[in-house]
Amino acid sequence: MPQWDVLVAGGGNAALCAAIAAARAGCRVLIVEGAPKFYRGGNTRHTRNMRCAHDHATDTLTGPYSEEEFFDDLMRVTGGNTDQDLSRMMIAQSKPMLDWIQQQGVRFQPSLGGTISLGRTNSFFLGGGRSMLNALYRTAQGLGVEVRYEHEVVALDIEKGHFRSATVRHPAGTETITAASFVAACGGFQADFDWLKEGWGGKAENFLIRGTPNNRGTVTRMLIDQGVRQIGDPSQCHAVAIDARAPRYDGGIITRLDCVVLGVVVNQNAERFYDEGEDIWPKRYAIWGRLVADQPGQQAYIIFDAPNIERFMPSLYPPISDPTLAGLARKLDLDPVRFEETITGFNAAVIGGRPFDTNHKDGNTTRGLAIDKTNWAQRIETPPYYAYPVRPGITFTYLGVKVGHDARMLMADGTASDNMFAAGEIMAGNVLGQGYAAGIGMTIGSVFGRIAGQEAAKHAA
Amino acid sequence: MPHSTPALTEADRLMTVCNSCRYCEGLCAVFPAMEMKRAFTDGDLNHLANLCHACGACYHDCQFAPPHEFDVNVPQVLAQVRAESYAQYAWPAAARPVFARHGQVLVLGMIVSFALFLAGFVLASDPGALWAAHREPGRFYALMPHNAMIALFGAAFGWMVLAVAMGARAFWRDSGASGVLAGDHGAAGRDAARLTYLDGGGPGCFNEDDMPKDRRRLWHHLTFYGFLLCFAATSVATVYHYALDRPAPYAWWDLPALLGIAGGIGLVIGPLGLLDAKRRRLAALRATPHEGMEYGFVVVLLVTGASGLGLRILGETGMLGPLLALHLSAVLTFFLTAPYGKFVHGLYRYLALARYARDMRRAHDS
Repeated sequence: MPQWDVLVAGGGNAALCAAIAAARAGCRVLIVEGAPKFYRGGNTRHTRNMRCAHDHATDTLTGPYSEEEFFDDLMRVTGGNTDQDLSRMMIAQSKPMLDWIQQQGVRFQPSLGGTISLGRTNSFFLGGGRSMLNALYRTAQGLGVEVRYEHEVVALDIEKGHFRSATVRHPAGTETITAASFVAACGGFQADFDWLKEGWGGKAENFLIRGTPNNRGTVTRMLIDQGVRQIGDPSQCHAVAIDARAPRYDGGIITRLDCVVLGVVVNQNAERFYDEGEDIWPKRYAIWGRLVADQPGQQAYIIFDAPNIERFMPSLYPPISDPTLAGLARKLDLDPVRFEETITGFNAAVIGGRPFDTNHKDGNTTRGLAIDKTNWAQRIETPPYYAYPVRPGITFTYLGVKVGHDARMLMADGTASDNMFAAGEIMAGNVLGQGYAAGIGMTIGSVFGRIAGQEAAKHAA
Repeated sequence: MPHSTPALTEADRLMTVCNSCRYCEGLCAVFPAMEMKRAFTDGDLNHLANLCHACGACYHDCQFAPPHEFDVNVPQVLAQVRAESYAQYAWPAAARPVFARHGQVLVLGMIVSFALFLAGFVLASDPGALWAAHREPGRFYALMPHNAMIALFGAAFGWMVLAVAMGARAFWRDSGASGVLAGDHGAAGRDAARLTYLDGGGPGCFNEDDMPKDRRRLWHHLTFYGFLLCFAATSVATVYHYALDRPAPYAWWDLPALLGIAGGIGLVIGPLGLLDAKRRRLAALRATPHEGMEYGFVVVLLVTGASGLGLRILGETGMLGPLLALHLSAVLTFFLTAPYGKFVHGLYRYLALARYARDMRRAHDS
């Protein structure tokens, strides 16, 4: 007889939802979390909201968000690169999730200052992701779930798709843990730079990891090596442009920059490379990580002028500024002549003339540039001039394990595992073939976590 | 922006981090107030520090709290700034060093005034009266005449009001709180009376660990309302004395006595709860150099409440004299040291809430 009914690898939102669902079904549940207690929960610590469909406005949501609209948003950001049946199921399950997650102690609040455009679609956690996580831990532990920190899964004993045991390393040594069901909810592999290089080559050296340094994908690798079907390719991830001065790991939300639409973005050759006015934040913020990753040195610079300095959410590091464009270029180590040409050329092409409004596409465009800015085009002409250096900031990777509607892992040979389930980033690639929509990572974690816990419990019964 | 102390400089750094995150916006008034600014003067930071009720929620909710390299500990740094702000604004300036030694000053004040009251009782009346006053018709007025009490405590109380008001005025000016309307005061009064922001945004607040089970709000209510009831008891007694010609002592069922008994119970249980909570408080949330002031203030309240109750219970015995000396010395020490210790927190927090109400109203109107 196994020691536990359900063993959960990981300690974030997906893991806790699975553990709580299984414990509520009467199971003896063990969570093994690789991180120490403070760092528990991987990237959930850094989250702030989840995207769930809902029929009506609530105390904290400003209006309805239908399943259809959610699905359309997902299709748009992924370019259709999603398992449509699975995504529709997840979106349908996101509706009851709003109530369920609150029943587990999580509290919501209206959208945060500066994020008004998400107020209808996304439910914000009171106190942020760590607060949400703390609530889930309190609930899980109240249900008798045992949590062991600094317990990292280092080996899995799987036979023909059947989980037998996991070997866990902890400060006092290693031990083997048996369980009737296994839930893998231990994140992506974004902190493993060697794996990132399989998708990105040497460019990955210049990436920053926005969250936990613990997500190295070791369990993902073990599962795939032992016959679980892989989904996604190693270059796909949720990546945004963040301040290049951020620490290599765990800089979180405060290093992000919401000012792309206010100016222009140039690369190290002092040239623009993409339409900064394509759509409003937050609809397109998640494309800039990949765009910058394709630039020389994986670095770029957001450039704007004085009137815009308070038009976006503040961030941790102050902007680099100078009273002249040439002076700014020198501080950024860019060719001043080339830089001035780019900015003056841009200014000359601005048509503008409409009221500047970042809440909607305002139709202020440039005309005649190789790459026009199609909204919010305004001349960069009032000193001081400002710049933020940016690099790709990886939130999480999409390559993972294939699952079915019951969150059960599917094997490379086409069969289904009988007692292995996955939830969260480790299976996000099933929903996200590419692209990202704010708050969807938590939806994937909660919905599939809950299902994984319920199904794991059924198998253990 | 340069700041006058290391704590203010650290608070500025933290507000830059927090303003870039804003996850704690729903927890209390501090973070919405912060979001209205991008740069912070000393006055702004003192305002934010006094808005903070030390509920601890943002420490446990923060993904950047220590041991994270960003080292964000808002409750501890704001507690430090808050304590320093009491000294910074105190009047007269010569008394500011008292804050650093508040605990010792309190103990010394209690001992000296207790001794003086005892000596006074013995010298001013029959030496045997100290242990026999309960048999006299005037009871404690046999030890200290009513007019002498009024003169001494009236003067001490007047001093306290003046000094506290001068400090509050300096705080008020520095935090730039012009244009506060009656409605803002109403909102601030409600928030202060209910301790709206001592609950972590709804789930409760934190003290010794990461469970939101703290009961400081209850202890504080008992202490604060107990204090007010005691103050009301004394005020009603004064009215009785002068307007109705009904001098003390009063029977247990009479209004001054009922108010005093209820207040005294609150002023014993509340401070005991607060002291216990302080003792168990998570080390990471403490502003250690200022704990003497924190403990001392609560202890003086406790001695005031307990000796007052003691007078009610043991006033018919030979303990009347010593208990009266203890009670009067506690009250006198309280009055004289109030402008230079934790007492001012209530007023500064109220004023910070009033400015917050003004700022929210303006933000809403614009």
